[in-house]
Amino acid sequence: MSQTQTKPATAGSPAPRQKPARPRPKAVVVRGEGKFAVFLLLPAALVVFGVVLYPVIRTLLISLYKVDSAMPGSYPFAGLSNYTKVFSDPSFYPVLGHTAYFTLVSTAVELVLGMGVALLLNAPLRFRWLWRSLVVLPWALPTIVNGALWRWIYNGQYGVLNQLLGTDTQWLGSPFLALNMVIVADVWKNTSIVAFFLLAGLQTIPAELHEAAVVDGASKLRTFWSVVVPLLKPSIAVVLVLRTIEAFKVFDIIYVMTGGGPASGTQTVAFYTYLQAFSNQLFGYGAALAYLIVIAVGALAMFYLRILRQNQLAGV
Amino acid sequence: MADNLSRRTALQAAGGLGLAAFLAACGGGKGATTGDQGSGKGEVRALFMKQAGYSEDDITKMTAAFASANPDITVKPEFVAYEALHDKIVAAGPAGTYDVVLIDVIWPAEFGGKKMVTDVTSQWPGEWKSGMLAGAVATAEYDQKLYGVPWIMDTKYFFYNEAHLQAAKVDAASFDTWDGVLAGARKIKATGAAKYPLIWSWQQAEALVCDYAQLLGAMGGKFLDDSGKAAFNTGGGVQALEFMRQTIVDGLTNPASTQSLEADVQRVFQAGQASAVLNWTYMYGAANDAKQSKIAGKVKVLQTPKGSAGRPGVNGGMALCVTTGSKNQAAAFKYISFLTSQPEQNKYALDSLPVWKTSYDDAAVVKTNPAVVPQAKKQLDDLILRPQARNYNAFSQALQAELQNALLGRKPAQKALDAAADKANSLLQS
Amino acid sequence: MRNRPSPVLYIFCAVLAVVVLAPFAWLVISSISPSNELTAGTLWPDHPTLARYRDIFTSSAGGDNVAGTFRIAMLNSLIVASCTTLISLVVGSLGGYAFARLRFRFRRTTLFAFLAIYMLPPIALVIPLYLAMANLQLLDTKLGLIVTYCSIVTPFCLWTMSNFYLSLPIELEDAARVDGCSRLGALLRIVLPLARPGIVATAMFGFLLAWDEFLYSLIFTSTTNAKTIPVAIAEFTGKFSSDFGLVAAGGVLAALPPVLLALLFQRYIVSGLTAGSVKG
Repeated sequence: MSQTQTKPATAGSPAPRQKPARPRPKAVVVRGEGKFAVFLLLPAALVVFGVVLYPVIRTLLISLYKVDSAMPGSYPFAGLSNYTKVFSDPSFYPVLGHTAYFTLVSTAVELVLGMGVALLLNAPLRFRWLWRSLVVLPWALPTIVNGALWRWIYNGQYGVLNQLLGTDTQWLGSPFLALNMVIVADVWKNTSIVAFFLLAGLQTIPAELHEAAVVDGASKLRTFWSVVVPLLKPSIAVVLVLRTIEAFKVFDIIYVMTGGGPASGTQTVAFYTYLQAFSNQLFGYGAALAYLIVIAVGALAMFYLRILRQNQLAGV
Repeated sequence: MADNLSRRTALQAAGGLGLAAFLAACGGGKGATTGDQGSGKGEVRALFMKQAGYSEDDITKMTAAFASANPDITVKPEFVAYEALHDKIVAAGPAGTYDVVLIDVIWPAEFGGKKMVTDVTSQWPGEWKSGMLAGAVATAEYDQKLYGVPWIMDTKYFFYNEAHLQAAKVDAASFDTWDGVLAGARKIKATGAAKYPLIWSWQQAEALVCDYAQLLGAMGGKFLDDSGKAAFNTGGGVQALEFMRQTIVDGLTNPASTQSLEADVQRVFQAGQASAVLNWTYMYGAANDAKQSKIAGKVKVLQTPKGSAGRPGVNGGMALCVTTGSKNQAAAFKYISFLTSQPEQNKYALDSLPVWKTSYDDAAVVKTNPAVVPQAKKQLDDLILRPQARNYNAFSQALQAELQNALLGRKPAQKALDAAADKANSLLQS
Repeated sequence: MRNRPSPVLYIFCAVLAVVVLAPFAWLVISSISPSNELTAGTLWPDHPTLARYRDIFTSSAGGDNVAGTFRIAMLNSLIVASCTTLISLVVGSLGGYAFARLRFRFRRTTLFAFLAIYMLPPIALVIPLYLAMANLQLLDTKLGLIVTYCSIVTPFCLWTMSNFYLSLPIELEDAARVDGCSRLGALLRIVLPLARPGIVATAMFGFLLAWDEFLYSLIFTSTTNAKTIPVAIAEFTGKFSSDFGLVAAGGVLAALPPVLLALLFQRYIVSGLTAGSVKG
């Protein structure tokens, strides 16, 4: 608990909401920090923006024109009409619904299960290396293989799931069920990422803190909520934001497992964007959709960070 | 040390990339897309598809034969999965990466209309048009212009498992009509030879439209009327979809069909769990291969069954095109002409059937695939084309979604097709 | 409490093992089932075969030879993912520290700009990026993929590393600074060793991000020069191929390098714990 409180608030933010609890020594502050920051950030900026700056700007420009071909040429200026068209497009709302459902459910389930697994793996178990190694496995399986594997497991005819359950269910046969089954496949793979991240976070919490709390007579559940969770907040914030971004952009597993079907029931925003931009060559519209994804994900990320009150820590 | 090196290299590359890209952007679109006839010599890069039709080895051999006849042209063939072919052509278009691309029958309108492949009408010798099957010519044609040269000729044939028919005492002759197929399937189901006698590729994908096209044609439907408006929501189009849905309701069609592609159909059929299916030419060889199939030797192939209006097969041809961005268009067309030439196609008829009419009477060609070629000769004369529209893909997506709504019982066929027609009409206008 | 975990925990472990291993087991079983037995509806094949693995390791690449292509693609993936991870981790660890500990103008804006790049779906950038790659002759090269992947993985590394730095006590750095250590010195000698569990987790995640990437590789690569394993496998799940066994064999092998790396790293996470508790 004390750790988080002694940390300085976002010093660089224009109007810090609270003063640092313990001001750092004067000599350390500010002088040369800007230069040092530039020195530290320059390599990263080169690696990232050197590559994406042109595509990002180009896509932004394209989103303002009525571009309906990959070929260069003069296309009519469209202003924001590509963006407004998204909201008058009747096929967009179900797609948004699927994406929201996929994102919320998969992220929530992965967080809960991942926390459980992380706590389990942090316990002083025998063969701890074995259990930890086990959890890595699904994570190591490429998404394309994971999708193909689960499609095979769910197969109505030969699927091992039907064999084991003795059922004759078409797991990917009806829209809502299929969406949920895709979520299961996603959760199976990505819970391990969440678990490992939380585990790494748990490791930075000194064991003495738990023990002190237990000695104080706090119940385990209370220790968890009042000691572990607050200290884990940075890690939780990171996995939550990262998983949300990934889930909202979900594409590969849909591409492999269902192709958006049945009856468009598993079409997500990223998949829909792909269809519009690539299959239909509506690049202006696709670019607008892509930027709306960024805005939506960005808003969600901010929301999580606020909820976790980590905004002064994480700096967003 | 090595780390530093690779990091520095990558950083430079990244910086350079951004800079170069900016220069490219400032240069106003850059000249990469202005194609050129070229000298008729030099390098030709070609984009093919993996797996179906001509195999990678076939194409490599053809290319080698071309190279020895034209030593001043070097061809570099590349191969991608069918699923990635369209997107690859789109992405490569502005950069002019490929000189030659293979396109599906549903794309000439899109790629021709958006000027991604060149109009080669003037380069077609007169005898080509008369020498090729009419359905083949259509794979390269849009709006009276020819955007390439037909190369792969395919349609969906009707395959059945002889063992199931014998077990259920069904006469194969009854598979001449779709009504006969239904009756036969009922009998097979009743005797228990197969739980679901039929399986189809009805996943939400182009495969679904192919099956639907074939049934729509048999029942006298049309995708578009003469004025170019959607017409599949009337007559045969509706009957075809009602037929499809009814086979699911009656338990004749495997419910897995709505999640199946051609490969899934093949798998179920090969496992001896389906009695009769529609699929492309390639399945005849695969299902008769004892290494992967349990029913090798029992597979028979027929023309697609007849409906009230005939038995057109869906046109599944593909054509080779020269890209607009190619700097070596003359050499590229030379290469295409060689691959599509009759002698070259006849040599590899086992893997993919020729586009030339007279090939089907050539004893050497018939010998490569004696079961399929005679059926193909009849079938390829009568093909149904999916709509030639610049935004065909969007049209198809709208249709697929509504077809599935009806197949899953979420909407009656008429209502689903009306909804699809509404969307289609607004797409076709734009 | 520390030495005697409740036996209930082992039941959870068992459940965990089953949930994780069952799909994996099915993948392995499928990979050793002859293709005509894949559809037999049995849980274990009558005639298990290692033929697919043999093909992958011995057959030549290219042409119609899918198995050989898998092998080369795996090597490509390994090179691309390792270089990407290394570069991104180095620049991310440096930059992350700036976000965690330094005050400078536009700090929030900069961080958000990096994160926004990570939020953009690849579909949005793939065509202009293709054009740029074509101009630089980087299409179908491993370097082209590395450059592209670094731009995705680096924002992620920045963000996670900065959060791991934040969870470390600042007093140690301050003490080192008072002892006359330079800022960079404090970062390299004090902070980085403490952040080891975070570095390991970030590296593993970054590696997987690059190992897993599909769309860019699908569009940018076309031959065994640079084709990565997800693309090689996806090519074989398409319209005209029905042998799930080969996909499964490729999948098992594709999972191996990350699994081995993870097992290796996993120990570092444990040692990071001991180092942390000794010093902290």
